[in-house]
Amino acid sequence: MHEMSIALGIVNIANKACEEAQAARIDSITLEIGKLAGVQLESLYFVWPAAVEGTVLAGAERIIEEREGQALCLECDREFALQHHFDACPHCQGYFKKIIAGKELNVKSMAFTLPDNPVPAPSKTR
Amino acid sequence: MELEQNILHHNQLLAERNRGYFAAKNMLAVNLVSSPGSGKTSVLERTLRDMKERADFYVIEGDQQTFNDADRIDAVGVPVVQVNTGQGCHLESDMVQTALQKLKPRDNSLLFIENVGNLVCPAMFDLGENKRVVIISTTEGDDKPIKYPDMFHSAQLCLINKIDLLPYVNFDVDKAKAYARRVNPDIEFLEVSATVGTGLEAWYDWLLTEQQKLA
Repeated sequence: MHEMSIALGIVNIANKACEEAQAARIDSITLEIGKLAGVQLESLYFVWPAAVEGTVLAGAERIIEEREGQALCLECDREFALQHHFDACPHCQGYFKKIIAGKELNVKSMAFTLPDNPVPAPSKTR
Repeated sequence: MELEQNILHHNQLLAERNRGYFAAKNMLAVNLVSSPGSGKTSVLERTLRDMKERADFYVIEGDQQTFNDADRIDAVGVPVVQVNTGQGCHLESDMVQTALQKLKPRDNSLLFIENVGNLVCPAMFDLGENKRVVIISTTEGDDKPIKYPDMFHSAQLCLINKIDLLPYVNFDVDKAKAYARRVNPDIEFLEVSATVGTGLEAWYDWLLTEQQKLA
């Protein structure tokens, strides 16, 4: 159940972003999760309410964009869809491959509601 | 607001810090992972007992509840810090950092980080180690590598332990290796028995060679 660590990682990122943007609350958060990233979505859904309770993410809509696995065969140099780590290249049956997609584990974006009288953001370039 | 930030970014940052610490001290840090009962602690105990005169060792023990493993290592006379993860099923890089502050390892030493017995969760958490070693044993299924591909994908060496029991179990060594190579064609194997000592010299050579590669 490392999904709790994942969820708490998401809360940390949201906290920081919320602080920087001086947002009042987060309306929605978009996560990008690869199918080979080792995250069980059902487990993440299960721990989510407990992880976000009392945080900036409480009540925020959770949008998950799943990414399919994709590999580059290092034998025949062709790309192929990868459902499992142990799949062979369908072209040459080789197992030497580089995973080029499907390992994503990112907070992609967030939508905020800003307070009615926003304090001007401190001037810093980022 | 676009973020594109890795969720495990914080763990990754601290892992890089640990890695920098190991590099500065010319230390070899080995993250030992396996399912419960594969003989991780036995391999470690035996290794330390046989090797402690030949190198400077330190151990970080990860365990959910008990101090049993740390006590076993302590009995060998090697400095050890126990990290109890409580409900946590894996070690994270900040726990390793805290343990290192207690251990204060000497330069040119060898650090074993014995992870929580679990082939799933520890795979995702880089601790800053130089090498990840996965242990499987002949009393387990030989299809473990494809059941838990993330772990075998991220390890550099696989120790096949309890090799002395091979005549009594349905474990096909070649099959296990073939499965592991499907998820990680670069993975190396050593067949060992921590109880009777089979193959351990090769494992010790591997450790010393990796240690020398750092310098």
